Amino acid sequence: MSAPLTHYLILSALLFCIGFAGAVGRRSAILVLIGIELMLNAANLNFIAFWRYGPHPEALTGVMFVLFSIAIAAAEAAVGLALVIATYRQRRTTRMDQLDTLKG
Amino acid sequence: MKTLDQIFVLTQHWLTGLAPAALQPLVSMLLIIAALMAVFGTCFALTTILERKTLGRMQNRYGPNRVGPFGLLQPAADGIKMLTKEDIVPEAADKALHFLAPLALTAPVWLAFAVLPFGRNMSAIELDAGILFFFAIGSASELAVFMAGWSSQNKYSLLGAMRAIAQMISYEVPLVLASVPVLMAAGSLSLPEIVRAQSGYALGWIPRWNVLTPWGAAGFGVFLVAAAAESNRCPFDLPEGESELIAGFLTEYSGFKYALFFLGEYLGLFAVTGLGVTLFLGGWHAPASWLEWLPSWGWFGAKFSALIFLFIWMRATLPRLRLDQLLNFAWKFLVPLALIDLVAAAAWLKSGGWQFAWALETRWLLCATLLAPAYVCLGRHWRGGTPKPRRYHYAQ
Amino acid sequence: MRNEIAFYLVAAFTVAFAIAAMTLRDLVHCALCAAGAFAGLAMLYLQLDAEFVGFAQLLVYVGAIAVLILFAVLLTRGDEVRPGRAAPARSWWMGAGAAALVLAAIAAPILLSPSLEGGAPGAASAPVRRIGEELMTRYVLPLELVGVLLTGALLGAVVIAMREEPRTEDKAGGIPPRFTPTPGNPANPR
Repeated sequence: MSAPLTHYLILSALLFCIGFAGAVGRRSAILVLIGIELMLNAANLNFIAFWRYGPHPEALTGVMFVLFSIAIAAAEAAVGLALVIATYRQRRTTRMDQLDTLKG
Repeated sequence: MKTLDQIFVLTQHWLTGLAPAALQPLVSMLLIIAALMAVFGTCFALTTILERKTLGRMQNRYGPNRVGPFGLLQPAADGIKMLTKEDIVPEAADKALHFLAPLALTAPVWLAFAVLPFGRNMSAIELDAGILFFFAIGSASELAVFMAGWSSQNKYSLLGAMRAIAQMISYEVPLVLASVPVLMAAGSLSLPEIVRAQSGYALGWIPRWNVLTPWGAAGFGVFLVAAAAESNRCPFDLPEGESELIAGFLTEYSGFKYALFFLGEYLGLFAVTGLGVTLFLGGWHAPASWLEWLPSWGWFGAKFSALIFLFIWMRATLPRLRLDQLLNFAWKFLVPLALIDLVAAAAWLKSGGWQFAWALETRWLLCATLLAPAYVCLGRHWRGGTPKPRRYHYAQ
Repeated sequence: MRNEIAFYLVAAFTVAFAIAAMTLRDLVHCALCAAGAFAGLAMLYLQLDAEFVGFAQLLVYVGAIAVLILFAVLLTRGDEVRPGRAAPARSWWMGAGAAALVLAAIAAPILLSPSLEGGAPGAASAPVRRIGEELMTRYVLPLELVGVLLTGALLGAVVIAMREEPRTEDKAGGIPPRFTPTPGNPANPR
């Protein structure tokens, strides 16, 4: 007997909120990116859990979705971190509160 | 002969049978773990001494020959020395990471042995995605190396770690790409399945090992070079080049932790060598039908030892590369060659149904025309021109 | 029962690492803890019988993304909040508060929903062969698109992060300066 579906969902919600808190509350752009990755991962966990406990596990939809999501997360991380590095080179900071040039 | 071939499996079953029924799965697993650790621990000890002896011979000197007969007890002496040395942790070090790094490097490598088939019915677990597991486990070592380099708070350590990570990431790409044609040929990610796909003989006497096909030969070459670089072996050992970086990320490690790093590196080499044997050299299959009476694990061991010897030989022969040469070699030569090898493998597999006379020769020619010009062109390109001065992107 | 205990252990492990990743002060520690959390998620996937996804997660997140983050941290050094200075508390508490609200908003429906109750998992498995077949038939278009996307991301990341070449007239002046603040966009003084 494994843990019920609700426990997986609660765990995923918890992870999502941890990532959310970090993405909103922290100032370093890199930490914001880590937070976003955590949120993505929490969503992936939901997909896998619903696939496993759902009525049609033979359809593999959840698994496929997560595979694509992982690939896209990799692309996102690469571009995001490249942006952080480029910004740092330009402005010597990665702190979100100092990157306010666009503010009127 | 059957008994000899399966002697380890039978022993394991017999020993498991002695345990009470409730504990049997646990006992069975523990037995396999103990066996793997014993075999590869011994292998590690033996390789260190044999490597030193071989290197010595190749450099026209005796290797270690003081401790025990022919110096064979040298590893024991080394071990005692390592264990009794003072464990020095730098004052400024990040203590927790400094402590965790050797563990994080060594522990996952043991896991990699779990999926390798060492003989007929002799793999600890048969995973559906075995090779993926292998590479996933290997990726943990990059983090461990980073932890070691960063936590030491020493610029040589950090430089060595950055080099090591750049090298490991760069060479993981050709390593994986070189194994993909094998997966295509076997139609499976499971390592025992890949070995099974290489059984039998073409034309009655040529074993169907992947290395004996044109794409397999090219892939094996790429794989060997990438494997040497992945495990920081000599032509590619610049992450820990003593003469330029003191010892890279190992600088601030001493005593038992240093020994653990040493162990981890050798185990990594063993694991990737075992993978090479499995993917390209037919795993535990005998090279000829009249040699099949020898036990399968014996053949695996023989091929494994031959490859390890090849690595030692390379270490004695080749000088160390420079970092930019190393990365250029990976990205401008190995990766394109591996990609073309993928095309060649696809052509080879697609033309597998050809029935006319000279079909095999035509297929060889087809693959050779794909691979040989690419090899020549890429090699020329990589060698060609006068070497330009280095451009430093970040380390100014 | 054994599975259940394993689940709670791995879940605690993952959550602990995630919290550490979001709260520690040292960015390198944060990145390493994030790698731990990603590995924990991979273990959860393995527990849910999604073997292929678990290993892919380990390979991509721990092997690639975590290392990428570490590289980014090292290339943007000298930027961490200095240890002596406490991090400004306001935005942090606002973030935590908002996150708590979101948690409540998600958790309440999960706990109250009757359709999620009970549901014992059936015999599900995702053999690699099936995944491969699906990827090559039903999901072939998304697969190709992901390939294009990854290539684009690779090129884009290289172009964005590449140091801009000094123009030819700048080259006459010898070694180019490390970075040149453009007029209207002065660099922040450190």
